[in-house]
Amino acid sequence: MILIWLMLILFVGGIAAVIAERSNPMLPRVIALGALLLDLGLLLLVLFFPATMGADATNQISIGQEGEWLVLFQADWIPQLGISFIFGADGLSLLLIILTVFLGLMSLGAAWHEITERSGFFYLNLLWTLTGVIGVFSALDLFLFFVFWEVMLVPMYFIIAIWGHENKSYAAMKFFIFTQVSGLLMLVAMLGLVFAHYQTSGALTFNYFALLDGEFTTEVGFWLMLGFFIAFATKLPTVPLHNWLPDAHSQAPTAGSVILAGILLKTGAYGLLRFAQGLFPEESAAFAPVAMTLGAISILYTAKVAFAQDDLKRLIAYTSVSHMGFVMLGIYAWNAQSAQGAVMTMLAHGFSAAALFMVAGGLQHRLHTRDMRQMGGLWGVMPKLSFMALFFTVAAVGMPGLGNFIGEFLVLLGSFQRSVTITVFATGGLIVAAIYSLIVIQRTFHGEPKQQYGDVADLRKTEMACYIAMMLGLVWMGLYPQSMLALAESGLMNLGLDMSTGAR
Amino acid sequence: MSIDVLINLSQIIMLGLSTLVVMLVIAFRRGHKLTYGLTMAGLAISLLIFLFISPADARQATELLVMDDYSLFFSTLVIISALAVTALSYPYFEGEQSRNEEFYLLLLMATLGGVVLACSQHIVSFFLGMEILSICLYGMIAYTVQQPGAAKFPLEAGIKYLLLSGASSAMILFGIALIYTQTGTLLFSEIPQRLVEAGQGNPIVITGWMMAVAGIAFKLSLVPFHMWTPDVYEGAPVPATTFIATASKAAMVAVVLRLVLASQAYEIDGLLSTVTVLAALSMVVGNLLALLQKNIKRLLAYSSIAHLGYVMIVMVAAGSMASSAAAEAVTYYMAAYVFTTLAGFAVVSALSSSTNEQDQLASYQGLFWQRPWVALPLMIVMLSLAGIPLTMGFIGKFYVIQAGVTGQLWLLLAMLVIGSGIGIFYYLRVVYLLVQSPSGESEQGGLPLAVTATLLLTSGTVVLLGIWPTGLIASLSGLSVF
Repeated sequence: MILIWLMLILFVGGIAAVIAERSNPMLPRVIALGALLLDLGLLLLVLFFPATMGADATNQISIGQEGEWLVLFQADWIPQLGISFIFGADGLSLLLIILTVFLGLMSLGAAWHEITERSGFFYLNLLWTLTGVIGVFSALDLFLFFVFWEVMLVPMYFIIAIWGHENKSYAAMKFFIFTQVSGLLMLVAMLGLVFAHYQTSGALTFNYFALLDGEFTTEVGFWLMLGFFIAFATKLPTVPLHNWLPDAHSQAPTAGSVILAGILLKTGAYGLLRFAQGLFPEESAAFAPVAMTLGAISILYTAKVAFAQDDLKRLIAYTSVSHMGFVMLGIYAWNAQSAQGAVMTMLAHGFSAAALFMVAGGLQHRLHTRDMRQMGGLWGVMPKLSFMALFFTVAAVGMPGLGNFIGEFLVLLGSFQRSVTITVFATGGLIVAAIYSLIVIQRTFHGEPKQQYGDVADLRKTEMACYIAMMLGLVWMGLYPQSMLALAESGLMNLGLDMSTGAR
Repeated sequence: MSIDVLINLSQIIMLGLSTLVVMLVIAFRRGHKLTYGLTMAGLAISLLIFLFISPADARQATELLVMDDYSLFFSTLVIISALAVTALSYPYFEGEQSRNEEFYLLLLMATLGGVVLACSQHIVSFFLGMEILSICLYGMIAYTVQQPGAAKFPLEAGIKYLLLSGASSAMILFGIALIYTQTGTLLFSEIPQRLVEAGQGNPIVITGWMMAVAGIAFKLSLVPFHMWTPDVYEGAPVPATTFIATASKAAMVAVVLRLVLASQAYEIDGLLSTVTVLAALSMVVGNLLALLQKNIKRLLAYSSIAHLGYVMIVMVAAGSMASSAAAEAVTYYMAAYVFTTLAGFAVVSALSSSTNEQDQLASYQGLFWQRPWVALPLMIVMLSLAGIPLTMGFIGKFYVIQAGVTGQLWLLLAMLVIGSGIGIFYYLRVVYLLVQSPSGESEQGGLPLAVTATLLLTSGTVVLLGIWPTGLIASLSGLSVF
């Protein structure tokens, strides 16, 4: 039930925000804050007192698998078609849901002073996007999953299309079409899977657990897996399906970029883990060399493209694709280290990319440009913001002691056991990343100022609080990763990964 | 003729009776409000009759018509559309000096034709229903011809529809005649057995079917027989367009599905591949041409072409799935399509009157901030047409894909994915326009109660049955078509 509450609070909070705007335009953001804090509180309860809060895990669902489900909820929805509400969270889902709510708070901090027009509708969209994402991370019925997968797009579309920058129409449209079309491929594959299961077992069901033991020929399985893979690889994104991302990220308002980079990309990675790997273990194993190669190409190619950018947000967007390449590599190398590394990278990248987009957004809000050619020498003007930029850039590059290092290191360690060649190339990405990151810092914050900045304010208190929270998070991940790895491990075991030997 | 038959026919009788009453009242006393009220009452009563005649099993009402759950479902859909159209017509025509009463007369008769189509299981009733429907539509389309400042070309639209619809009726008739020469029966369900006797691959039968398919494709506006659709949609007054887009399409699909399933038309050589081509072309061409439109009526016209293409996937798959499953998919899809389209045209109608049609997309800019309760339904409509979850459109598309997967029609499914991808582009463009900053001052005006009710009921249904389709699906499962 607690998962339902998480979503319900955000959903109702969104509606309340719209109503509250009529009496006071400042009220919606307070309501959004309240709803998110309430959610965070509930999550912490689940985390620390799983026994009492996860009591509804006794719902009778046959799980023919090891590992534990912290929370489960089941109810009928459309019984005629074998569709039901099944929400569940294991360690993996729970980590990602916490990330979602946490970054939701961060995006709220980014929007706090930036969004002044139509604030009620903005916070409605913000909260509803988060509702959709939590649904994606916890739905265990394929139909239900698909519903959330598509529904979370609509409020995100509005965020880009209404509060976005100069080229918002194009960016919002591209974002929607890429995800929708790949989503339809997934829907076809999903129905194919259900139909194949129906033919062998005679039961029409979309239940994830029931479909886990579907039987089909390798050829059919390959096509079905490919349908899922394309949808998730578009969302992740991976080269050559990454094309929508730089536009969407650079045109979205800061809060939108934070959510896109921090959370929405992770739904793709989560989908690869839960569905592509979970439902099609053999087909995924056969496909792994291709996927790993794609991951390595993503890492190198987009890092190179990032070089060529003058637009700060576009640059960060490309580096996002590059980092998600590590996640792809880790998921398809599929052993204990690499999968753990992928999960860690997802979390750490969520923090570092969100923070970097906040930096870029903060600069744009103050200087009204994202063009690095018009920046330079900002350290003298805004020392606090510049320090934050340096910190999170260094974190993104993979400085030991911070979360990103743990993630990428584990991924490379794991993938080395699968393919030396691919791993060597992927490691090259780390070097390229260091170079472009330093260039960004150099061009933006050091050197001579390119223009008269006039009277620009440094970080406000709300912004400062957000940065510090994310900083602490990254340091925590870097110094005590075991706390998260333990949770991730139980989730990965649910996916059939043998943690002891690291083999399939 | 026993009393049972009369009870089974009571709804058709009721519609005929209302037509008569309205006609007589107009002859003696003209009055817009009076005619409107009588029409509403007649339609409402014939809708309520369903509650009493809902049969446990199929009942014959003469050899021509059958009253089963399937025909009742589609009749309900047709009558609900007619009710909505009536509700929209009153404010649309109100305030004009010209005579508006006959529009309701035509509307009632067209509804009668639609109901006959939904109940027909015999080629004679099929043809009769189709003609009653079409002939009334000629008048409805060209109704505002003498209205200054009305929809641009009502007369052109009317003539176009008259000529093309007449030609396609002739094609269907010729096709039927050819089939009849070989089979000697006009009852849908007797055709397959007689065909076996006539022999497989009989060239006359195949020619007959091909002609019938061409004619039906005209009526359903499938590419390449779609040319009339956008012009007629644009030229006709909004209520007439609404009726063509909803009731007439639903009734036609109802009878075609029954014809296909009962006569096992999918067994005929070459027919499946023909329909496959028609469906694929409709999905792709319909969506592509919709991209170019700046007029919302034309946009919805092209979108309807694409949607009928999606429905054709189920028709193609019908041979390889249980007939009740095919019927379930088509009925749900048509319900989704009808409610969504009704809501869409209700928005256009809410902003228009017979002297001033607001059909340019540009005039919808910023509507969400000015009149959110008009813009929100339009947003729901666009998302439902695009097939986004939590709307009926998604469940409909889900059914279509399910049918496609069952029939293993990978080519058509690929076309569906491509078509939907293109579709999102123009549906979202409308949504995008709605949420942009308004370009000018809005005219604030209260909406008439009937229009508000239509808007909220139809768009509310689209969302409610999209989130909670269980009840509707329960009543649709196990439909027997013949």
